Amino acid sequence: MFNVENIRKDFPILSRKVNGKPLVYFDNAATSQTPKQVIDVIVDYYSNYNANIHRGVHALSQEATDKYEEARKKIQTHFNAKFAHEIIFTSGTTHGINLVANGFSTILKKGDDIIVSALEHHSNIVPWQMLCERSGATLKVIPMNLEGELVMGEYDKLLSKNTKLVFVNHISNALGTINPIEYIIEKAHEVGAAVLVDGAQACPHLKPDVQALDVDFYVASAHKMCGPTGEGMLYGKESWLNKLPPYQGGGEMIAEVTFEKTTYAELPHKFEAGTPNICGGIAFGAAIDYMNAIGFDEIAKYESELLEYATKKLLDIEDLKIYGTSKHKTSVISFNLEGIHPYDVGAILDKLGIAVRTGHHCAQPIMDYFKIPGTVRASFAFYNTKTEIDTLVEGVKKAKMMLA
Amino acid sequence: MIVSIEDIQKELIDEFSMFEDWEERYQYMIDLGKDLPLIDDQYKTDSNIIKGCQSKVWVHAEMKDDKLVFTADSDAIITKGIIAILIRVFSNQHPKDIINAETDFIDKIGLKEHLSPTRANGLVSMVKQLKLYAIAYQTQLKS
Repeated sequence: MFNVENIRKDFPILSRKVNGKPLVYFDNAATSQTPKQVIDVIVDYYSNYNANIHRGVHALSQEATDKYEEARKKIQTHFNAKFAHEIIFTSGTTHGINLVANGFSTILKKGDDIIVSALEHHSNIVPWQMLCERSGATLKVIPMNLEGELVMGEYDKLLSKNTKLVFVNHISNALGTINPIEYIIEKAHEVGAAVLVDGAQACPHLKPDVQALDVDFYVASAHKMCGPTGEGMLYGKESWLNKLPPYQGGGEMIAEVTFEKTTYAELPHKFEAGTPNICGGIAFGAAIDYMNAIGFDEIAKYESELLEYATKKLLDIEDLKIYGTSKHKTSVISFNLEGIHPYDVGAILDKLGIAVRTGHHCAQPIMDYFKIPGTVRASFAFYNTKTEIDTLVEGVKKAKMMLA
Repeated sequence: MIVSIEDIQKELIDEFSMFEDWEERYQYMIDLGKDLPLIDDQYKTDSNIIKGCQSKVWVHAEMKDDKLVFTADSDAIITKGIIAILIRVFSNQHPKDIINAETDFIDKIGLKEHLSPTRANGLVSMVKQLKLYAIAYQTQLKS
């Protein structure tokens, strides 16, 4: 039974004060908070079995290796990958994207197209621009409409036999729009293109099934789903991962080294050069366990209640405009008060102990589209409450009064 | 006789010490921002924008007699209030005095939080930019 008061007890940080007020944490789309179940795993790792993995013959190394590989299996099960070696541990979503982009630089040639969406985070634009510069491929963009949704009719027109790659986020970080990735993947496959989905914003809210989606690559970050920072995962279909060259050279990723030639290790180690974030990987597994114990159906149901409640309450404030009004969105509200800069609103909310994000959310093209300098973004997680939303609404009213 | 930078800073510290809470302090900054004389539109150019601010900040500097005069603007009102404070302290002063001025008054008037780089409002960049202008004009005066 979903009980938010009990869940809140798992998160030590939620009981602290900020500027003398109880913390209201609404910056979950930037990073989520960490439950004690995950913190305990981190403490346990460094207290009891900290060792380098995959090489030592001693007991600690064996234990750490077992736990690390166990975490990989948890991630495999969670995302329903066919094989554990299709899960590559990364330092986060950005690392995963760059790994794939780098791999494709040897495959793409002049005349090829890469398609990205207008809803992308900078981290999902820049690597492709760099890749296009290196390979001579052309970057094409799926446009969005006023609701903040991608226009699929335009996407269809961009696809051709030249399309080699399509990159799209599952959910927009700036607006919360859930993109129709099933359709995007199906259409891309019809012209023989591969698809990478950035799941950074989706994974805190839903449970993607990479086999059902038939997606070629899927990336996520642990710190947005109750795990630690500096840790993430790349899922890639086995056939693709075998095709792509290694990203970084170093220890762990080799099978045999002579000065004439190095043969690379098997998957997944081919892409995991050097000593990884061992503790981070294990804690990522614990975070996935934690979220699954609560249940993604319960999480989605509760968060949509929060979204509906907050949308209604905020829209009651005169001159408040919400950006991103798709019917398919997660618990993210991007808004502005007319004539007031989002930075000013954020600065006042901070004084009231309310954490929101202000600015362009690393998605400047979206802000340019709406012709605004940025927005105030409140993003809710399953441990937030309606009472906290009331505090936000009062805070916004106060900011409006002070700033108008 | 111009009032020295040090004296203006003392005045500001006195003024801010009367506020009982953040709300009064912020309301005062917002009012200062609203009262800041407008910058001439011709100076609101891209090259006058201070980088590192979440809000846009334009600063223009020019010498009048032997004193450096700043005008500025921002699209965010709290940021504008901060600029108004900086202009009150540093504008209409000799470049040499601007270069040598201490900046610990920012801390003393309770604006320390705006110094943090994560705030990205660029208070640090603003102070640095004003001082850079002063250095540039000081070099010109010498040559």
